[in-house]
This record gives sequence, structure tokens and C-alpha cells, in this order.
Amino acid sequence: MARVVVDVMLKSEILDPQGEAVLGALPRLGVNDVTSVRIGKRVEIEFDDAVQNVEEQSQIIADKLLANPVIENFTVSVLDEDAV
Amino acid sequence: MTKQMLNPVVDTVGVAAATPDEKQPHAELGLAEDEYSRIREILERRPTQSELAMYSIMWSEHCSYKSSRVHLRQFGQKNPKTPRLLAGIGENAGVVAIDENLAVTFKVESHNHPSYVEPKQGAATGVGGIIRDIIAMGARPIAVMDSLRFGDIDHPDTARVLPGVVDGVGHYGNCVGLPNIGGETYFDPCYQGNPLVNALSVGVMPRERLQSMQASGVGNVVILLGAKTGRDGIGGVSVLASATFSEDDDSDSRPSVQVGDPFEEKLLIECCLELFDTGLVVGVQDLGGAGLTCALSETAAAGDGGMHVDLELVPLRAKGMEPHDILASESQERMLLIVDPANVENVLARAHRWGLLATAIGTVTDTGRLVIDYHGQTVVDVPPASLADEGPVYNRPIAEPNDLALVAVDRAETLPRPTADEDIRRTVLDMAASPNLCDKSWITEQYDSSVFGNTVLATPHDAGVIRLDESTGVGIAISLDGNGRYARLDPYAGAQLALAEAYRNVAVTGATPIAVTDCLNFGSPEDPHVMWQFERAVTGIADGCQQLGIPVTGGNVSFYNQTGREAIHPTPVIGVLGVIDDVARRIPLGLGQTGDTIAVIGTTGEELSGSEWAWATHRHLGGVPPKVDLDHEMKLADLLSRLAANEQIAAAHDLSEGGLAQTLVEAISNSGMGAQILLPEGADPFTYLFSESTGRVLIVIPRGQELAVRSACEQRGLPITPLGVADAKTDGLHLRDHFDIGRAEIEAAWKGRIGAKLGE
Repeated sequence: MARVVVDVMLKSEILDPQGEAVLGALPRLGVNDVTSVRIGKRVEIEFDDAVQNVEEQSQIIADKLLANPVIENFTVSVLDEDAV
Repeated sequence: MTKQMLNPVVDTVGVAAATPDEKQPHAELGLAEDEYSRIREILERRPTQSELAMYSIMWSEHCSYKSSRVHLRQFGQKNPKTPRLLAGIGENAGVVAIDENLAVTFKVESHNHPSYVEPKQGAATGVGGIIRDIIAMGARPIAVMDSLRFGDIDHPDTARVLPGVVDGVGHYGNCVGLPNIGGETYFDPCYQGNPLVNALSVGVMPRERLQSMQASGVGNVVILLGAKTGRDGIGGVSVLASATFSEDDDSDSRPSVQVGDPFEEKLLIECCLELFDTGLVVGVQDLGGAGLTCALSETAAAGDGGMHVDLELVPLRAKGMEPHDILASESQERMLLIVDPANVENVLARAHRWGLLATAIGTVTDTGRLVIDYHGQTVVDVPPASLADEGPVYNRPIAEPNDLALVAVDRAETLPRPTADEDIRRTVLDMAASPNLCDKSWITEQYDSSVFGNTVLATPHDAGVIRLDESTGVGIAISLDGNGRYARLDPYAGAQLALAEAYRNVAVTGATPIAVTDCLNFGSPEDPHVMWQFERAVTGIADGCQQLGIPVTGGNVSFYNQTGREAIHPTPVIGVLGVIDDVARRIPLGLGQTGDTIAVIGTTGEELSGSEWAWATHRHLGGVPPKVDLDHEMKLADLLSRLAANEQIAAAHDLSEGGLAQTLVEAISNSGMGAQILLPEGADPFTYLFSESTGRVLIVIPRGQELAVRSACEQRGLPITPLGVADAKTDGLHLRDHFDIGRAEIEAAWKGRIGAKLGE
């Protein structure tokens, strides 16, 4: 079984209202030394054993569906089977 | 750019004076050779990099209206004088008086190109931007509307753009807490690579709270309020908004887009209103498409003429931003305030309480110059009016399109049409199911239409109606309408048809139309045929408003709506605002009660050119659009407001796209009632059902009022034709001597189409 992790993050120049909200809430916890919070998402995908082009298919899935390439970047990591 | 990395010293006024021959990228920034020369003349040296960026932004089509200005003057010349108009064209939004206490401000604006690049955020920031225009006038925003146009519903890209745009409009409006009370959605292949997203917002204020954008009072402090400044949409205005999309748009050239935060905007609204109410603000301006550049130069130019700004004080979100980046940034949710020095502490404290950043970044001066320093070095020193008011003005060539005569004789009245009852019956259902006429609930259900609890009517009614004052019941009605096909056939008539329809839609609720806003969506102004369309449309609106006696109060022009050489249909979208003394007496859509009389006011001619029928069934667009009679529209509006005030009318619905057939479909679907209809003797059923003759309204008269209504029509010279009765026991539509269509069949055709097409 091939396992793939896709990490999606907003591009650095794009405003992240969610991250800003977390940043604004931190002082309430008494944490005052954080300068930036950016929030993204991690997607785990499992492929059928028979699939050959896991990397290629993952790229397509990430580019067309999981990420919005206009405002987001993504990375695709194919995990070692032993690591599963 | 490479040079800059090697040399970290910013391009100051001193450097510019010392290096007059330095090559500058004015062409890449969209400035023509003669425009660049003029900047050098104004400054008597070469502009610094920051100045060049500012001129390129302020002199772009988007900000300077350089191609449209000569034509837009007609609005000023022909606008009827009315004591209601408190602020007009040139302000952030037009303001009209409602009564001795209240005023209303409203405006429609386009966000077309950004919504193609990134549909959700593009549409969302379009809504955010128009809301800030309303705040800047001193009003509390109370509602939004949207006019949307997409490519063919079956095109795969429509499945990308439409859900994104609707999500964006809904996301921003719902989160900021404003009801979406109406709008329109159309599909046409001409909008394939260039969707239109026009957003309207309306606000209300006590008359004395009207704000000014003037930076007046020497020594007053310039405060930046709201979000931090980041790299959002840098160059967006000059590069993005004035660039044509090429068919093979590759990912590397994707421009950076803005992302908004509606919750921050909500704080801005509340904070600004508090500051206005406490009288702490001398002047205010929103930061829109051209960011600080526009806000600084416009407030300075409108005020005492001078301003000094220390740019390094602007709070930044991104690292490594250069002065010109800060000036050009289109980061959302920011406002500029002009405040008396004695009140600065108070303003900053109030902003802090609302959780908003507020920073004093400069002062008003009487030098006549806008001077911007960056860490003590002067990077901008210009006369502000040269940016804001004295941009280039072009009288671009105009040429009538060559195909005009050919199009005019290609009449839809000659197309084969159904004659057998069974075929006409089928056509009613096919039309109801067509993309432009079908139920748009899939879209409007994503919008909150009732937050605030003042919404009286919203989609699917002809116009949105909002209550302004609980104690008096006074309210406003707004409708937003356009028809690109009619305007393609005849831009003058098309613009007036849009105006007439918006006017009628407002009147149909019982309100009296009082003011107009317009969003003019056209192709490239460098194309003489497009410029001809533009000139005709503007003239049509100006003449029409003059005749109707209601002024154009503001709006927006969007050029370069084209893909390659293919321009969109000229698409003037018109918003009409009306006032209704008591919203309890508004006229709803529907069929009233059993036994009420259904009648049509107006005359039905054989007018099928440009019609929805010609397009939906034949993909035909040709001929001459329906005739407009604005005098008739005024009589109709007068009649409807009188009938509403006297409670002599149970329901009404405008006849427009799709004709009487579609009006009946909508009235039946939205009322739970059936209709028994008998067409007038000798009328051709097809023509009577599908003609799009204007100036027609379906009205439902309560029992006992028939004679009063008839005489009210006769007094005004309005033809009225009784067609039948409303009846709860009748299943759907009974068209006597022709056919019946049950409610289930009507609803199966009309409902659920959009979702089904989008695979949901």
C-alpha cells in the first residue's frame, strides 16, 4: 500500500485570516513572543497496491483538487512503505 | 529590478534629480510614451520608482477613467436636478435623501478580472470593496446584491468559476452579516473567458452623518485603520485590471490576488460608525483597488492640497516590501482617516477597543505637495491633483460596427415557431428549464437574505426591499438589471431597456424610483467598435435618466472585458433605488387569493428579437430589440405605487425575459396557487406568451377592486387586459382552449437545474 502525504499552505504573500486569528488569541494564553502563525492542511492519501504512478497521480490530485494553485502551494511526499 | 537588489538605496527624489537619464519601465507599467513625458514635465525631473508606480496606477484606465470620462460627462449634463441628491458622481458612492432625517447611499462596482483568476476570493473582495465605499460615505451598510454573468452553463470552466464566485459572494456577505437581497445570473458564451461579477451595496445614515473624503485642516493627522499591508494584488490595478486574458494563460504569470477577511471588515464598519457618531473624524476614504496610492492622493487633492506621510510607519504583513510595494498594495479591510491632533489618542484608543490596528502615518499640510518619506528619505514629492484629477483624458476613435445593418435585418420574428398547442406547451416547459430563466435558488440559498431582520422582499421577488425605520415603516427597494443581448443589438436601446426594467422592477414592489447607479462592462476601449457601443450606451442611460427624472449617482466602468480579440456583449448593468413610505404595503410576487383577477398592464406586440426564446431555442441573436417607452414606464410606476398605497393590488410581477409564459411559471411556483388564463380574443398564443414587449406587468387584483383598478389605468392611459383568475384548486396553469400544465410538471422543469448542471 502506497501512502502519500500532501501538505497545502497558502502562499506567503496571501493573507491568512485563520492564522491571524490564532496569533491574536495567543496573548490570552500568556504567550506573547510569537510573531507569525500560518495555517495549512495535511492530506493523507492511500493508493491501491497495484498503482504504479503514485507520484504522478498525487501531483494531479493535489493540483486539481486539494490545493488552489492560484493562492496555495503544495508539496507531495510519497512515504516509504516501511514507515506505514 | 535586478539593479535594486544590487543597490539597496531606495530611489529618492534626490537620486531621481541626479540621474535624469536612468531608463524606467514605464511601458511595462502600462504608461504610454506621451504619458511618461507628461509625468516628467509635471515633476520637472524623472519620477522616482515610487512616483512612477503611483502614476501608473492612478493613470490606469481603472482609476483615471481616461477613455470613458469624455462620455460620462453626459451624466452630469443631463442629470435631472433633485433636492434628494446629497452627493453624486465623483464621491465614493451617491447619497440620496429618503426623508428629513434619513439618507441612503448605494453603488454597484465590477470585480470581473479578479473573479476569473480566483473566483472565490475575487468575488469576495469585490463585495468587501463595495461595502467600504458605503462606509466611507458615513453610512451603515445594510444589504448587498450581485449581478453575475458566466459562460455557457455546459462549459467545463463554468463549473470552476460559478461555484467559486457564488461561494465568495456568500462567504463575504454572510460573514460580515449583510443580507443579500437580490440580483441576477445569466449565461452566455461571450462571458466564457471573462465572467462579470458586479456587486452592489447599500447603506443608511442620518443625513448629518454624511462624511467627506477631504484631507483638510493643516496639522490634522492621517491615520491608517484596519489590516496590515501585505503583498496583496500588487500591480493588480494597473496590470491585472487593464490586461486582457490570453487563451493560453500559463501558471507562471498568475498574478497575485487579494484575500479578504470579512470579520475584520465587520470590525471596520462598527469602528468607523462609532468614530463618525462621536464626530472624531474630519475626512475618511476607503482603500480600494489602488490602495494607499489612491487614498492618499485623492484625500490630499480634495482637501487643502498637501500631505506629508512617513511610509515606514505603515504596519506591514510581509517582509522586504519596498516603498512602491507599500503604496501599490491592495490589502483589504483598510481605511484612511483624517483626524484633528487633539482627537488622535481618542481615535487610536477606540480602534484598539474594536481590535483594529490604527497608526498615525502622516499630517495634512498646505504645501500643495504630497510628500512621502521612507526612513527619512523623500521617495515621493508630487502635486496630488496631478495623480487624482488631472490624469490623461482620451477621446478615443469611435466607429459603428460593420455588421450593424446585417444584424438588424436578421430578425427573430422570422424564425420558425411552434403553432400546435402541444408544441407551445412543450416550449413553456423548455423555456422554464433554460439556464437563464430557471430557478436560481441553488445560488441564492447560499446567501443569507434576512440577517438584521429588516428584509421585506428578497430573491425571487422583482426587487429587494429593506425596511429602514421600524417606527415609520419607510423602506427602500433596489433592483439590478442588465441584458447584454439587447445591448449587443442596439447599445442605446439595450441600456435603456436595462434602465426601464430595473425601474419597473422597483415600481412593481410599490416603491417610487428615485436614483440610479450603473456598472458599465465593455470590451477594449482601443477598439473603435467597442467605444461606439460605450458611447451609445452611456447616451442611452443619460437620456433615459433625464426623461425619467432620476439622477445617475455614481457607478463604475469596466473595460477590457474580452478574451483575445473577442469582446463580451456590451453589458450595462443598471441599479435603480426606490423609496416606499410603508413597507407593510409593498406588493409581493405571487397570485393573491382564490378569485382574484389576473391582468396584464401594457401592450403585447410581436417582439421576439433578442428574446430568451430566440436564444434558448434557436441560439439566435439578431434583429431589433423591443421598443422602450419611458413615458409609459413612468405612468406604470405611478399607478403601481398608488395601487399599493390604496391596498388595491394583491400581487404583481414584471414581464421581461421569457415573456408572459415565464412570469406565470414564476408566479405559480412561488405562490402555491393555480392560474386560469384565457388569452384575449384573436391573440396568437405563441406571441402572447413569449414576446418580450416592455412596459408590461402582471397584476393580481383583489376581489371588489377591479373597477377601481381599471379606472386608475384608464386615467393614466394605460391599457389593461384581464386574463383570468387565481384559483387554489387549479393545478398549475390552465390555459383555456389550449392546454394545462400541472404544478408538478412546472416545478420539475423550472427547479433544480443549476445544481444538476454543476453535478450536485
